[in-house]
Amino acid sequence: MLRRRIIPCLDIASGRVVKGTNFVNLRDAGDPVELAQIYNDQGADELVFLDITATHEKRDILVDLVTRVAKAIFIPFTVGGGIGDLETIKRLLAAGADKVSINSAAVRHPKLVCDASLKYGAQCIVGAIDAKRIESRVGSDTVASEIRIDATSTFEIFTHGGRTPTGIDAVKWAKELERLGAGELLVTSMDCDGTKSGYDIELTGAISSAVGIPVIASGGAGTLQHIADVLKVCDAALLASMLHFRETTVPEIKATCARHNLIMR
Amino acid sequence: MNITILDYGVGNIGSVHNALKHLGYSTHITSNPGDIDRSRVLVVPGQGAAGDAMAALQRHQLIQRLQSYIRSERPYIGICLGFQLLFDHTDEDGGVNGLGIFSGQVKRLSGPNLKVPQMGWNELLVNHDPLGLTLGLNHPITAYFANSYYALPSDRSIIFTETDYGVRFASAIQTQTVLGCQFHPEKSGQVGLHLLREFLKKHAH
Repeated sequence: MLRRRIIPCLDIASGRVVKGTNFVNLRDAGDPVELAQIYNDQGADELVFLDITATHEKRDILVDLVTRVAKAIFIPFTVGGGIGDLETIKRLLAAGADKVSINSAAVRHPKLVCDASLKYGAQCIVGAIDAKRIESRVGSDTVASEIRIDATSTFEIFTHGGRTPTGIDAVKWAKELERLGAGELLVTSMDCDGTKSGYDIELTGAISSAVGIPVIASGGAGTLQHIADVLKVCDAALLASMLHFRETTVPEIKATCARHNLIMR
Repeated sequence: MNITILDYGVGNIGSVHNALKHLGYSTHITSNPGDIDRSRVLVVPGQGAAGDAMAALQRHQLIQRLQSYIRSERPYIGICLGFQLLFDHTDEDGGVNGLGIFSGQVKRLSGPNLKVPQMGWNELLVNHDPLGLTLGLNHPITAYFANSYYALPSDRSIIFTETDYGVRFASAIQTQTVLGCQFHPEKSGQVGLHLLREFLKKHAH
């Protein structure tokens, strides 16, 4: 029986861990290598790095950071943020990442997911989705009909760190990412991210039951109960500020989840 | 003590290198067939597709060297594909012959509502542990998996651990000189480091 996973997420900007609310108002939350080691020692099941200000100039800083973190931890390590070509994926994997997460680029060039999956294996490719509850249902002719928002849609995906609407339905896009070769999905609720009001159970559950690959929920954790709740509908929970600001620890989260009859490591 | 890591262009060798270094060993990363015979301990990782992996071994002229190294009972650690390729045949990529060191098949995971690949931490149920690699570990023992295929050894006596995922499969094999793991010991926290440390203690003097 697979264990439910607790995954600390380190949002990285210019080599530091940061945390904001609804994708803005960034606060400094510590040194990446130090935090990575703390979470490894606490019994975190994996670690995710999201480079939220990824630019070409800063890519070298990231690669160096990935190298240093990979030497300090012995759990799976995913790196994402602005990844748009096979060359970058190759560099990050060579630096010690076990998986890469692809977000905006998958929407722009779906073939990248396909190529990366064929080259490095599905287990290596995490499809990242930033989704938001639909306010106005405006269909776009430029979006392929299989993934376009329609009358049944509830969530739309956004790219570029949540700045760009796409007209694409989140559940349909999740299925498409699976078909393209993603081995896992990282689903972030933009409505819930940073609010501490709980994960978006509806969004996470809808995607998790639509695909045959593991789903990691992200955005909104404020209490231990929130984490246990979302793990009833998906495989893993991503955590940031609750851990970075020492409101809780990985062992405390796992103990709570275990009390809710979730099987943890 | 120098440990040889075979780099045949399939997947990530950095994690294995980091884990061995953490355990206090130096590593020699190579794709040179001649280096296999000179290995004190040989580690063969590998991720991705079995067809590509066998083709890469062929291209680097590694197949016979590997077969004779393992058959002459020299220490071998196979991880993921480096484990699956020890068997006769895998169903992956329309059917590919493996190294045929151990009799058995590699099949695709499947089952109702089963998410494939298996991604995450699952339990290792100890079957035979002749080298005592799990002594001192707390139960349940869990390790990190990322696999779509599983091995089905014909000889149950080589099965070190089993794991349940749709089926009960051989998640690791062990002989006096071979440790083969479907899971990733280099990514399985203290459990993985412990298994590697104990196996190397027996062989890397």
